Amino acid sequence: MRFDLDSYREIADSLTRNKSRSFLTGFGIFWGLFMLLFLIGGGKGVKSMLSANFEGFASNAAIMVSQNTSLPYKGMQEGRYWNLRLGDVERLRTLIPELDVVSPQLSRWGVNAVYGDLSSSCSMKGVRADYSKVEAPSLKYGRYINEVDVEQERKVCVIGKRIYEELFPDGGDPCGQYIAVGGVYFRIVGVDYNASNISINGNSSQSAVVPISVAQKLYNYGDVVELICVTAKSGVQMTSLEGRIRQVLARNHMFDPEDEPALLVLNTEQIFNLVDALFRGVNFLIWLIGLGTLLAGAIGVSNIMMVTVRERTTEIGIRRAIGATPREILSQIMMESVTLTLVAGSAGIVFSVAMLSLLGMITGRADSFQIDFSTAVLAALMLTLLGIAAGMAPASRAMNIKPVDAMRDE
Amino acid sequence: MLIELKDINKTYEGAQPLHVLKGVNLGVEQGEFVSIMGASGSGKSTLLNIIGILDNYDSGEYRFDGSLIKGLSESKAAEYRNRKIGFIFQSFNLIAFKTAVENVELPLFYQGVPRRRRHELAMEYLEKLGLRDWSHHYPNELSGGQKQRVAIARALITHPQLILADEPTGALDSKTSAEVMALLREINRNEGMTMIIVTHDPKVNAQTDRSIHISDGMIV
Repeated sequence: MRFDLDSYREIADSLTRNKSRSFLTGFGIFWGLFMLLFLIGGGKGVKSMLSANFEGFASNAAIMVSQNTSLPYKGMQEGRYWNLRLGDVERLRTLIPELDVVSPQLSRWGVNAVYGDLSSSCSMKGVRADYSKVEAPSLKYGRYINEVDVEQERKVCVIGKRIYEELFPDGGDPCGQYIAVGGVYFRIVGVDYNASNISINGNSSQSAVVPISVAQKLYNYGDVVELICVTAKSGVQMTSLEGRIRQVLARNHMFDPEDEPALLVLNTEQIFNLVDALFRGVNFLIWLIGLGTLLAGAIGVSNIMMVTVRERTTEIGIRRAIGATPREILSQIMMESVTLTLVAGSAGIVFSVAMLSLLGMITGRADSFQIDFSTAVLAALMLTLLGIAAGMAPASRAMNIKPVDAMRDE
Repeated sequence: MLIELKDINKTYEGAQPLHVLKGVNLGVEQGEFVSIMGASGSGKSTLLNIIGILDNYDSGEYRFDGSLIKGLSESKAAEYRNRKIGFIFQSFNLIAFKTAVENVELPLFYQGVPRRRRHELAMEYLEKLGLRDWSHHYPNELSGGQKQRVAIARALITHPQLILADEPTGALDSKTSAEVMALLREINRNEGMTMIIVTHDPKVNAQTDRSIHISDGMIV
């Protein structure tokens, strides 16, 4: 089969001869591809928006809080309140070596941070240095609380983004300045810009983080801690440690190890798994819907080509009579099918990229919605295959038209 | 001998098998102007289809220009039709969405002749047949005689050894019929092309050199 300008003109001619039919057929492909790519991009964007909420938070961590017991145990009535204590930290670390970080935390809500005549409402968090391994700070200035701060009970603090912006509206490095938090002066040693929404005991942008030893003394906590955060060593599943944690704490504080409500364990692994599973499901649906729509479009092309071939029986017969080989007829129908699919599909790719750009502009997250270049190339490749597949049945029917059929149709 | 048929048999299979050709023997020399006459259903169209390699036969032997035509592959048969045989049909069989000149070009397209050369040749042939001014008209803008002349140009453009015409004047009035027949006669005389015309019109029959009568699947 030779290919010159006329071969292409012939394809263009036969596709434009019935414009509205070609358009409607192509629209199925166009819409299918648009749906697939737009949904992929959209899913990607929503996922990245959602995971921004967990940014910086250890994915294999658990947070423990004491609550009233719900079962009577060893002669003690239900409804008893108990407290986590500093001793529990060492005990957990010793008895469960699979734990990586065991870090206690205290907090004080509704205090004010004051600098000069500016003030900002905040919560004070007392932590140890290793808390940074649970919730990674993204420090704009300075450093985080360290072990010496805790040891020597230094009055230093790391302030969140919002506090920094309200107290230092002119910007600049605030480290070394003193602010009053809850009436006590602290020296600022760092500014934390972490924007994650999963933070414990209040959003980190509105927290003033101080050494836990200082907070204990200031508010007379003794050795009581509000919560204990733990992370598991790599390769160990937090979920598998939960039972042992319960047992260690239950023995020490005399509550029933089976008493689930007595100890609230918030396992981030479960949350992450939930989100992951959710998006796996969403992705599956996206591909199902997108590919389904695309497939329906391809079947439409195949169907219409079938009708076209039947309509063109005489024409194809004439071509065969004056010397077209079956292969030439086959490739002509195939090319028509591939051309129609490719043109309509490319329009779908362009349209979906444009719509995703628009979506990115509206949400202000240009990168997270847009599909990759490789995805687009893959889609184009898939289109070619789809075009060939769609042309297969009609082309083979066209190939089997005998020249005498043309004359019989008169 | 350009065409040599020996004891050709053809049966259309079906619920009621139809024995259309019953041992046809026929020879046509190079440059002859022959008509095949016969009533409808006599098998003359089938015979034409076999000679034109549009259809197969069951038994016997058909030689075209010395080579045996039997069990050819589709693409080999297409090549024969393309290069050695020109067809003229009763209903013209022009492609409706192509202009006159594009229709004439088509056999050359399948031969792989370059585009520009194809167009030149097609225009040349249209001019010969007095259709130069009509070259960019579509078939439905042409009269019956004009359409048939376009079809003749399409048949001639590949310089075939044989022209097969199936009722070439069947759809034309008597005046145009006469013109078309004169044209075919002239081509036969000037170019020495062998011409076989299937017809049931005695007037057409009278203008040919030899007439072959077929009746009930046999040459009489």
